[in-house]
Amino acid sequence: MSLMGIGILKGLGVTLRHFIDTYAEDLKYILNKSGVQQPRPLRRQSPKNRGLVTVEYPKERLPLPENFRYIPFLVKDTQTNDDKCTSCGICAKVCPPQCIWIVRTEDPVTKRPVPQPKQFYIDTTICMNCGYCAEFCPFDAIKMDHNYELSYYPEEQPHKRLIHDKHILTKPDTYHAAIHPSDWQRELAEKAAEEEKKRAAAEAKAKAAANPAAAPSSTQPPASA
Amino acid sequence: MSQTPTNPPAAKPAAGHGAKAAAPKLAVLTPEMQQLQQHFGEALITPAPFVGVLVNDKRRLVDVARYLRDELKYDSITNLTAVDYIKEGYFEVVYQVQRSTGGEPLTFKARVPRPQGNDLSEPLPSLTAVYAGADFQEREVYDMFGIPFEGHPDLRRILLWEGFYGWPLRKDWHEPYYEGDTKPFESRWPGGDHKLAEERVPWEDNVNYPPGFDPLSFVANPDAGLYDSMMHGVRVVQSDGSALTTQQNGTATAAAERNGGAATALDELQTDQIIVNMGPQHPSTHGVLRMVVKLDGETVTDLKLALGYLHRNHEKIGERNTWLHNIPYTDRLDYICGLANEWGYVLTVEKMMGIKPTERAEYLRVLMAELTRIQSHFWAIGFLLNDLGAFYTPALYFITERDLILDLFESVTGSRLMCNYFRFGGVARDLTEAQLAHAKELAFERIPRKIDELEALLTDNEIVRARTIGVGYLPADRSINYSLTGPCIRAAGVPYDIRRVDPYGIYDRFDFDIPVLYGADVYDRYRVRVMEMRQSLRIVQQCLKQMEDTRWGDIQAGKKAYNHRVPAGQAYGRVETPKGELGFYLVSDGGQNAYRYHVRSSSFINLNSLKEMVVGHKVADAVVILGSLDIVLGEVDR
Repeated sequence: MSLMGIGILKGLGVTLRHFIDTYAEDLKYILNKSGVQQPRPLRRQSPKNRGLVTVEYPKERLPLPENFRYIPFLVKDTQTNDDKCTSCGICAKVCPPQCIWIVRTEDPVTKRPVPQPKQFYIDTTICMNCGYCAEFCPFDAIKMDHNYELSYYPEEQPHKRLIHDKHILTKPDTYHAAIHPSDWQRELAEKAAEEEKKRAAAEAKAKAAANPAAAPSSTQPPASA
Repeated sequence: MSQTPTNPPAAKPAAGHGAKAAAPKLAVLTPEMQQLQQHFGEALITPAPFVGVLVNDKRRLVDVARYLRDELKYDSITNLTAVDYIKEGYFEVVYQVQRSTGGEPLTFKARVPRPQGNDLSEPLPSLTAVYAGADFQEREVYDMFGIPFEGHPDLRRILLWEGFYGWPLRKDWHEPYYEGDTKPFESRWPGGDHKLAEERVPWEDNVNYPPGFDPLSFVANPDAGLYDSMMHGVRVVQSDGSALTTQQNGTATAAAERNGGAATALDELQTDQIIVNMGPQHPSTHGVLRMVVKLDGETVTDLKLALGYLHRNHEKIGERNTWLHNIPYTDRLDYICGLANEWGYVLTVEKMMGIKPTERAEYLRVLMAELTRIQSHFWAIGFLLNDLGAFYTPALYFITERDLILDLFESVTGSRLMCNYFRFGGVARDLTEAQLAHAKELAFERIPRKIDELEALLTDNEIVRARTIGVGYLPADRSINYSLTGPCIRAAGVPYDIRRVDPYGIYDRFDFDIPVLYGADVYDRYRVRVMEMRQSLRIVQQCLKQMEDTRWGDIQAGKKAYNHRVPAGQAYGRVETPKGELGFYLVSDGGQNAYRYHVRSSSFINLNSLKEMVVGHKVADAVVILGSLDIVLGEVDR
């Protein structure tokens, strides 16, 4: 049998070490100020830190990871000023709580659907932030936002404001690029590859068009096949 | 996994819909099922569609169960649920029993005709006398389907309140705001007719009253049944004080015996037993759970649970959802370890679809699930201390570590708790270099150090030992009979861990042990969790090393799709979550939605045994014993 109370003292030792470590970390930080420093919230919440982890929100904020997801938004192409959304409805179908409602635009003359949403609603009171809409959108038109501070006073009629319509949802692609840098890089690369493919195809076509007389017999079979 | 021949593609040579009308493929009998058939005759035991055997005479159910338990050594009932076949006109009750030594569970089924309207169906005999673990599960089936069980000791509603009208998991029952049988709902696109849920008035035609019910004159007394069942055995003191009507029930006598010689002296005193409600709003109940305890002084003599405060009929939602929709919902079951739940569901659906995830995805799944186990155990131990009275300082030390793991989850999956990371045939994202470095820092440096610190803080602490050793004792055979799973049963000396007894994923590639202790008390449950954290760490370390040989970004088998169709069939898949065995019993009719989606929740079934653990202890110990079970109400109430 061990001596009564040793276990408790050992436990208190752990608490004491936590107490000392906190000051030691801060001291290290102060003495080492001249060097390159991480901002305090990041330093405190790194796995290397041994001291206190508290970050004084909302005075201090941790940077959000790129993949962080909270309430979707629609991306607008700033170059062409068009919505990227084609109102294909995939996001509405994959949405588990069914909080996305889309009104498709119809051509006033032909009554055929136009690939632009007339109206786009997300009921954020129901949205479960799963991120399926962004994941399955084939046009990179809907992305998950980083703004998690959505609250209203009762007199601001929160139940109406928390239904986001197209006007609230639409954000420029520069914002998307800023919060999702690597996703944006992927999109640019895909776009560049696409254009490269198009250009190559056009070039090949132009070449074929430029000298049809040179070898008509050789170009003819693949075109018909 | 469980029954392997769930739905081989060869089952239906004809194309999809035509085959649905034809008789479904019957299950292939395992040797145990054949033995059962030989013993009871081919008239009674016949192969059931897809999985298991059908017991054709419900009066013989108890005999069959007893034979399974005593002769074939299927010593616990792992899953009990029902399926409403509305077109065929019957309910099918599904029993799954298993051996604590391992192997696949054995399924047997019984059918009762579907009654008219909201009536109760014909009764089935209760199996509680054979398997104590059937207690809550039978009550759940009664609550959700209106199938009574004859001989059940306390057949009341369990998740819904007494007086609820209707049986929600019957296919013809519609919830308030009912919009359609299956998602996606037509109104969302392309019409986009938007309406706030609150604007649709719930009390117009969406809510059913029993005939002749008047809401204005109704006085609710939902707990009458609960208290009445507990008043039995309470001593009634006559007005003159002389005559004592002591209807001591068995549990109270057992408590007196445990107190030793003091029992006789106490019996001569005139004492009253009182009933105390602990919870639902109480920090010690880890959520909205209500423990109704009957106290003799400070000693608990009886305990009943009032559940369902967090009930949202997860299973009905699951039947409305498409297969893909369900993955984020499973995060909300046991919200402490969402990633482990997702695995259980995805595994079962993959089994039905017959697909396999890629190598890289398999490693990522193990990595995430084992980190989930570590963080969940940190949480459980932290709050166990809270229950012991060490208020928040130690708990917060462990929550710090947990949060570092959640940081990794957040940066990979996008959310700390509701990760939504698993996909059919893979996972959603791969880890970047920075995230892998974070994981390695945790797995090789930080967490090993912190587990040592945790042990220094607790394992030898005299107060912890005094409060936990010998408290909440439940021997191995009772634990098995109560279908206890997870760290609790391993602390009772039963090496039962799904990762070993019914392996899934790629756990066979790692070198790890299943820790087992024999004390069967709160202290050993704590120590088993610590040992498990070390073993999980070993797996994570091996996983991080072996992962380097797989191709980065190769995380999805086949083409990523959102509109899966699962071939008609039934399957039961299970995983070892930090709380115990989490199983999913799924029935598909070949469509985009689950026909039946049942969750075998470990927290819920572990609560079966709480009464036997608590009775005879002081009321303060009841809190600790509940803490040692480590329940999460999101999973209990579903």
